[in-house]
Amino acid sequence: MPKVEVPLEKWSGKVREVTLGGSGGRKGLTVGGEATLPFLSFEGAMPHPPSVAIEVSDTPASEWAAPLRQAWGDALEDPGAWAKKAAELGADLIVLRLNSAHPEQGNTGPEQAKAAAEKVLAAVNLPVVVLGPEVPEKDNEVLMAVSDLAAGQRIGLGYCMEKNYRTIAASCIANNHVALAKTPIDLNLAKQLNILISDVGLSADSIIMDPTTGALGYGLEYTYSVMERLRLAALVGDKMTAMPMFCTVGEESWRQKESKFAEGVPPTWGQHDRRSLVWEQITALALINAGADIVVLRHPKTVDAVKAAIRKLAG
Amino acid sequence: MALSGIEIYKHLPKTNCKDCGFPTCLAFAMKLSQKSVELSACPHVSEAGKTALEAASRPPIRLVTLGGGEKKIAVGNEVVLFRHEKTFYHPPGLVVRVKDTQSLAEVEKLVAAAAGYTVERVGIHMGLDGFAIENASGNGAAFLKCVDAVAAKTTLPLVLMSSDPAALEGALAKYADRKPLIYAANKDNVAAVAALAAKHKCPVAVVSRDGLDQLSDLTEAVNKAGVEDIVLDPGARDFGGTLRSLTQLRRLALKKNFRPLGYPVITFPGDSASSPEEETLLASQHVAKYGGIVVLNQFDPSLVYPLLTMRLNIYTDPQKPIQVQPGVYQVGTPKNSSPLLISTNFSLTYFAIAGETESSGYPAWLLIVDTEGQSVLTAWAAGKFDADKIAKSVKQFDMASKLAHRSLVLPGHVAVLRGELEEALPDWKIMVGPREAVDIGGFLKRSWS
Ligand code: B12
Ligand code: SF4
Repeated sequence: MPKVEVPLEKWSGKVREVTLGGSGGRKGLTVGGEATLPFLSFEGAMPHPPSVAIEVSDTPASEWAAPLRQAWGDALEDPGAWAKKAAELGADLIVLRLNSAHPEQGNTGPEQAKAAAEKVLAAVNLPVVVLGPEVPEKDNEVLMAVSDLAAGQRIGLGYCMEKNYRTIAASCIANNHVALAKTPIDLNLAKQLNILISDVGLSADSIIMDPTTGALGYGLEYTYSVMERLRLAALVGDKMTAMPMFCTVGEESWRQKESKFAEGVPPTWGQHDRRSLVWEQITALALINAGADIVVLRHPKTVDAVKAAIRKLAG
Repeated sequence: MALSGIEIYKHLPKTNCKDCGFPTCLAFAMKLSQKSVELSACPHVSEAGKTALEAASRPPIRLVTLGGGEKKIAVGNEVVLFRHEKTFYHPPGLVVRVKDTQSLAEVEKLVAAAAGYTVERVGIHMGLDGFAIENASGNGAAFLKCVDAVAAKTTLPLVLMSSDPAALEGALAKYADRKPLIYAANKDNVAAVAALAAKHKCPVAVVSRDGLDQLSDLTEAVNKAGVEDIVLDPGARDFGGTLRSLTQLRRLALKKNFRPLGYPVITFPGDSASSPEEETLLASQHVAKYGGIVVLNQFDPSLVYPLLTMRLNIYTDPQKPIQVQPGVYQVGTPKNSSPLLISTNFSLTYFAIAGETESSGYPAWLLIVDTEGQSVLTAWAAGKFDADKIAKSVKQFDMASKLAHRSLVLPGHVAVLRGELEEALPDWKIMVGPREAVDIGGFLKRSWS
C-alpha cells in the first residue's frame, strides 16, 4: 500500500466526440472524448489529444504582421496554395476565413465564397472549417453557399451565433456538416446556444463550441476560466456543455500590439520576432490546459511548438 | 483546511460555562469555524485541544517566504484548484539560474541585467524575483565565489543549489540572513541538509524522483529536524509529468489536507526544454498549473515579458478586473483647446489609450467613465457604457469648465452611441474616433486642429 494516495475524481460525464471530415473523400479527424481534465492520464482517458488548425484567409491578409507575412510568402495570394502549405507544415485541419465577405472588407458574395472554399477543398484532403465574417446576415449568405458546395464532406461551418443559429444549423443537418457555436465568454450563454441548436434538430455530435478567445494580456484569464468551468460542467455530467472546444488563438494573439509591432514599443518588450511567436504559443498552451480541443494558429513555428507541447503533455 | 463547527466542538470542554460570551460550547465552535472569534476567548480549552485545533486550522499549503531584503518571495497558501473558485493568491516567484561554472563576469552581467529589468503593464510594474546559484562545479570554493558575485549585484532572494552540505554551509555561513532557499535535501543528504536549514533558519527544498511516498518521507524527516518551511520538487521535468505531479500535489493538499505534502513546489522548466522558447512555454504552464517557484535558465526580455503577462493574467482576481479610478485624466499638459477623449475604467483600456495618446504627441483630456472595470465593448454590451452614463460623467466632472470647445471623441467601437449622445448633450459636438487605440495619433492629426 503506498502511503500517499492521490485523490481521484469520479467523473460521471465525458466530452462528446465529434468527427470532422471522414466522408466524401475527406480525411477524418475526431476531437473530444475526454473523460478527465486535460492530460490527467492517471485518472481518465483523453482519446484524442488536442488538434492544431492553421488559419488561411480568402484575402491576401495584407494587414497581417511581418513575421506572419514572411512565413507564408507567396502562399498568401491564394487560399489553395496557402492551405496546401499549411498541410505540409503539419496542420491537422484547415480553417478558412471568408474575410472578403465582411461589409467593410469587400462585401463579396456567395460566388467568391464558393470559389475560395473550392480552392481549399481541392488543395487538401484534410478536414476543413469555414468561418464567415461574423456579421450574421452575411454569414448566412456565404456559408449557405459553401455548405451546399461541400455537401457530404462534413466540414465545419461557423459561426452559429445567437442571431443566426437556425439557418446554419439547418444547413448542417441538410448537408451533414458540423456547426461551430460561438458565444462571448460565458458558461450559460454557451450552454444555452448548444440547447437552441439541438432544438433545431442538429445532433449534439455535430456541434463544436467556441467560447471566444481572449489573447494573452487581452482577456486570456477570462477565456481560461470559462473554459475550465465548461469542462468541469461537462465532466460532472451536463451534456449541453460537453461539446469539444475550438479557440481562435492566432487571430486574437496577432491582433495585439505586442505581436504586431516591432517599432514604437517599449524596449523592455524585447525582440519582436521572438516575443510575437511566444505570445501566440503561450495563449495556445494556456487554453489547451483549460480544455481546448482545437487551437487555430497562424505562425508555422507556433504550430511546431504547440504540437511538440501536446506530444509531451500526452507522453 | 477550515474545520467545521462540529469538528472544533469535539476539542472544546463541552461544559457550556458561557465564559466565552456564547451560550454553549457548540455556539462558540460555530463562530470559530466562521473565524469571527479567536480560540483564546475560551479560557478553559485544554493544551491538547489547543494543539489539535491550531494544527488543524493551519492552511493546507504552507506559506513559505524567501529573502531577507525588501523584496521577498512568498508562495503557497493557495486554497483552490481553479482560479474561478476564488482566486490564486501568491504569484509564483520567477528566478533566473546561474552556474558556478560560468565566468564571474558573465554571471555579474546577467544578474545586473535581470535584476534591473522591469516592464510596465496596465500600470503595474513587473519584474523577476530572484536568482538561483547552482554548484555545477561540485567545488565549494567556486560555489561561494559565484554566490558572492550574485549577492553583490542584487538584494533579491536567492536559491542555493547544491547537494553537498559542505558547499551549502559555506554559503549559508555568509548569507543566511538573506533567507535563501536551500536546494535540496534528497534521500542521501537529508539529515545534514535539514540540520543546516534548522541551524540557519532558512527554508529548504526536498527533491525526490522516486515518487510521492519518498517525497513525503523526506518532508517528515525535515520536520523532525525542526524545520517547517519546505518547498517540494517532485522530480518531474517535462510538460506532462509536471502537469500531473503538480496537480496531484495540489489535490492532496486541498482535498485530503495531506500535511506532509502541503507545501509550495519548485519547478525547472529549462531542464527538459529543447529551446528557450520551449522553456518559456513550459514555465507559463507552471504559472497556471501550480508552480510556486519557477527557475529559468536564461534571461531574455522577449521571453520574460510574455511570461510575466501570463502570471499577471492568472493571478488576477476573477471577481474584480484590474481597474483605474473613474474621472478626468490629463495626457501631457492639456489646454482648454485640447481634445477630450471618452473611455472606460478597465485598466487595459485606459492604459492603451493613455499610452497611444501620449505617444501621439497631442496633449489631451481623458474622461474615464465608471464601467466597473469593463472594456469598451463589454461595458457597452452589458449596458454600463451608454449615452446616459457618458452624459452624466461629462456633467459630473464639469468638463465644460475645463474646455473652450464643446467636442468630445467617442471610441470607434461605440459609434452607435452618437445619436443618443447628441440628444443627451445638445451643446456638444460628438465625434467618433478610431476603433483601435493605435490609430488615435493619426485620427488627432487628421481631425483636430
Ligand atoms: C474579456 C472579455 C469579457 C470579460 C470582461 C473583460 C472586462 N473587464 O471588460 C467578460 C468575460 C466578463 C465579458 C463579459 C461579457 N462580454 Co465580453 N469580451 C471580452 C473580450 C474577449 C475582450 C475585451 C477586451 O478586454 N478588450 C481589450 C480592451 C483594451 O479593448 P477596448 O476596451 O475595446 O479598448 C480598445 C478600443 O476600444 C480603443 N479605445 C478604448 N477607448 C477608446 C476611446 C477613444 C476615444 C478611442 C478613439 C478609442 C478607444 O482602444 C483600445 C485598444 O485598441 C471581447 C472579444 C474580443 N476578443 O475583443 C468580448 C466582447 C467585448 N464581449 C461581448 C459580450 C456580448 C459580453 C457579454 C454581454 C456577454 C454576456 N452576456 O455575458 C458580457 C457582458 C458583461 C456582463 N454581463 O456583465 C461582445 C460584445 C459584442 C458587441 N459587439 O457588442 C465581445 C466583442 C465578444 C463578441 N465577439 O461577441 N467579456
Ligand atoms: S468558554 Fe469554553 S467551555 Fe465555556 S462555553 Fe465557551 S467554549 Fe464552552
